[in-house]
Amino acid sequence: MTAPLVDISSVSHRFGQQTVLKNVSLQIEPGSYTVLLGPSGSGKTTLLSILGGFVNPSEGKVFIRGEDCTSVPPAKRPTTTVFQDYALFPHMSVGANVGFGLRMQGVDAATRAAKAREALGLVGLAAAFDKKPHQLSGGQRQRVALARALVIEPAVLLLDEPLGALDLKLRRQMQDELKAIQKRVGTAFIHVTHDQEEAMALADHCVVMNDGRIEDEGPPERVYARPATRFSATFMGESTILQGNVTETTKGTISVATPAGAILLPGTLQPGAKVALAVRPEHLVLGAAGGAIALGTAEVSDVVFQGSFKRVLAASTLDPALQFIARAPASATVQTGDTTAVSCNADDIILLTD
Amino acid sequence: MRALVRIASWLYALAVYGFIFLPVVVLVLFSLQATSFPIPPFTGPSLRWYGAVLSDTRLTSALVNSLLVAVLSSLAAVTLGFLSAWGFARFTLPSSALLRGLITLPLTVSYLIIGMGLLVLFNWAGVPKSLLAAGIGHVVINLPLCFAIIYSQMGDHQINIERAARDLGAPEWKVLLLITVPVMAPAIFAGFFLSMTFSWDEFVISFLLTRFDTTLPVEIWNLLRSGLNPKTNAIGSLVFAVSIVLVVLFELTLLRRKPA
Amino acid sequence: MSNAANSGRALPRAGCALPRAPLPWALVTPALGWTLLFFVLPFLAMGLSSLTAHEGGGFTLANYSQFFTDPSYWRAMVNSLEVTAIVTVISVLLAYPFAWILAEQVPERWQRLALMLAVLPFWTSYVVRSYSWLLVLAQNGVINRALTSLGLVAEPLQLANTRFATVTGFVHFFVMLLTLTIFANLKQLSPSYRKAAADLGAGPVRTFLHVVLPLTLPGIMVGAFLTFVLCIGDYITPQILGGNNELLMPQLVMMQIGRRGDFPLASALSIILMAVVTVAYLACARWLKIERA
Repeated sequence: MTAPLVDISSVSHRFGQQTVLKNVSLQIEPGSYTVLLGPSGSGKTTLLSILGGFVNPSEGKVFIRGEDCTSVPPAKRPTTTVFQDYALFPHMSVGANVGFGLRMQGVDAATRAAKAREALGLVGLAAAFDKKPHQLSGGQRQRVALARALVIEPAVLLLDEPLGALDLKLRRQMQDELKAIQKRVGTAFIHVTHDQEEAMALADHCVVMNDGRIEDEGPPERVYARPATRFSATFMGESTILQGNVTETTKGTISVATPAGAILLPGTLQPGAKVALAVRPEHLVLGAAGGAIALGTAEVSDVVFQGSFKRVLAASTLDPALQFIARAPASATVQTGDTTAVSCNADDIILLTD
Repeated sequence: MRALVRIASWLYALAVYGFIFLPVVVLVLFSLQATSFPIPPFTGPSLRWYGAVLSDTRLTSALVNSLLVAVLSSLAAVTLGFLSAWGFARFTLPSSALLRGLITLPLTVSYLIIGMGLLVLFNWAGVPKSLLAAGIGHVVINLPLCFAIIYSQMGDHQINIERAARDLGAPEWKVLLLITVPVMAPAIFAGFFLSMTFSWDEFVISFLLTRFDTTLPVEIWNLLRSGLNPKTNAIGSLVFAVSIVLVVLFELTLLRRKPA
Repeated sequence: MSNAANSGRALPRAGCALPRAPLPWALVTPALGWTLLFFVLPFLAMGLSSLTAHEGGGFTLANYSQFFTDPSYWRAMVNSLEVTAIVTVISVLLAYPFAWILAEQVPERWQRLALMLAVLPFWTSYVVRSYSWLLVLAQNGVINRALTSLGLVAEPLQLANTRFATVTGFVHFFVMLLTLTIFANLKQLSPSYRKAAADLGAGPVRTFLHVVLPLTLPGIMVGAFLTFVLCIGDYITPQILGGNNELLMPQLVMMQIGRRGDFPLASALSIILMAVVTVAYLACARWLKIERA
């Protein structure tokens, strides 16, 4: 099967005057775990609603398994959605909730119950069959919603910020479970979140969205290490951003003038081009024994202890508007008010041309 | 100081309770005496006037009429109210706020004026006075109430619940029957119950729009023409007793329904 | 559960329309139609009727001019406004402390019962409730009997068929109603307001005056307005308890229908009554909005 499972082709959407999706195209492979990552208002939830059939796009087409589903209602699509508030039917037992989709397909009660039990077993809630949703904890409800959506064996499972209502610890635990369940059932999952840690932990394929557009997509390792745009460099993890202009180009090397001095990088841009250089916090070196590229000195403005490391914010002495974000070992003695040399290596600089 | 406030509070509360209960106690007490006038001194328990009420076919048939009008008009009001609340909550309709305002408008107009309007209209259209006409009026006063109660309870969460059902393959009518109605049941029930009470107790509209067959409040009104009458005490006490039983039942079912 | 890609439901052909446009209209049209047919249309009919002559049926403004020129008609409106104002003020003044005691002094677990008892007479019929007051206030009723046997008065007092009786009947009903609304209002107040005020050094009296009272004022206004609207449009209480010694507007309206079948005049009087309520609403609405902001 070479065709993608889901093919979103040039989709745009407007709510009244406001354009929330701008010519978005995206392909989803069978069996993959795709995460749509973006801030609120980036259009990720609208895109999910279009996939689920709850919103008709203003322009563009959606193909699922090669068929045009653009205006097919939710009930007739091979997709199911796990809603942010779980949307469990409060008047039905957990078993009846999970069996609902099968009931709508006309499956007899005995088979329904057996399949619902099986699905509840899959999410580790076999014992909750006869309970009512209000007797369950938030994490348990989340799992029931997952079982309810999976039991009718959709081609694509859509998850709308499924972990948003859970506390941090439970969220990390549910992440691992979601990933395990997805691998076991093999269904393609499309998951919307604004939490970049969640995205990195879950995704096979990470799609960074901003302002109605896809900024970057690919394996999370690649998106993190080599973000395609400044937005994804700052939204998927933090970065220090150096604004600059290309001043010289010679034999595959460019010289970029930045507030922290001139920096030589491999590249083929024309002189005068505006660029941004991004450096991940773990790649900035503080102190004298540094990397090959010196970025001047900086005055430490804040040190936040985060357990396994210290997050250090420092303002450049060359240009106080330039803010360095660095990561120091937990044992480092760096303090607010210290002045320290900042440097990095050329390989760790991400060249952004947007 | 605190003790003084407490004592003053108790005295005040007792006085207000006394004021609130005085007419009801007098009503019930003097329904239980055999004399022809419900006035002091109390001459001692007798069920004579209750017997008189129950053998008065005008009163008993009025009671049946009242129940009939209350149940049917409330069913109509709650059905229309529910459907429109569902429509307005689920779909974006043009000038929705204006139309919702129109539906709730009768809440701000006194029953007398609603009754007057219907009387003038029916008079012109040649519609005879009847229980049906009164029932139509009762739907007019109770529809906005049912609409407002049910509409206010249809939140985003309910919308997602219905979406989930549709997503899992339920056709529209199954969403309505299996999901929306059961989930909204408390609001629907509250709307129906309130409509019943208001219709049951409504006087002016029934007075204006019925003639021979009429409702209980109008029949009681007719009894009042004969001045103080122990029969009125008895029927009033009966209505009171039945209402109390219903209210207690309502409270108990509500309490039982509350999740643990 | 595996093998999801080729399981599941068959996809329909493309182009199946999504939101069924007629459905929402089918849902709201019955209610809208009902309101138009049995509320708006009757109101228009009443308006038209008020502009026709009782005899002959030609166009006339006589029904309105009659109200403005005949002092006895005027008098009914003034009576209505006076009685309504008196009732509203007395009811609020009686109900607020009562609701406060229920909400603050009665132990939590008894509050529900106390409140249910406080509105118990709601469940008698409205007509019967007014009649019960007649029993209490009649010439040979409980109060007069008590007063004469205690020797406080020589002759029974004329209590029934007076404005006093009308006001008493109304106050009885609206104290119950206002107790409910004000109680709900007081319970909605977060206890942290009171704690904060106490923490900042305000005693119970000042806490009440500067925190609790201002915060419950909008609720009181809503309750008072409800009292005004229901009171000024009510026919039963003044007819049973006030008798015909002084007429209020609703009695005047009913009299036109009952005695003379004069629908045009009754319509005109109804519309005037409604106009007064609307003016009161507009005056109140502005004030309420300021309070809420």
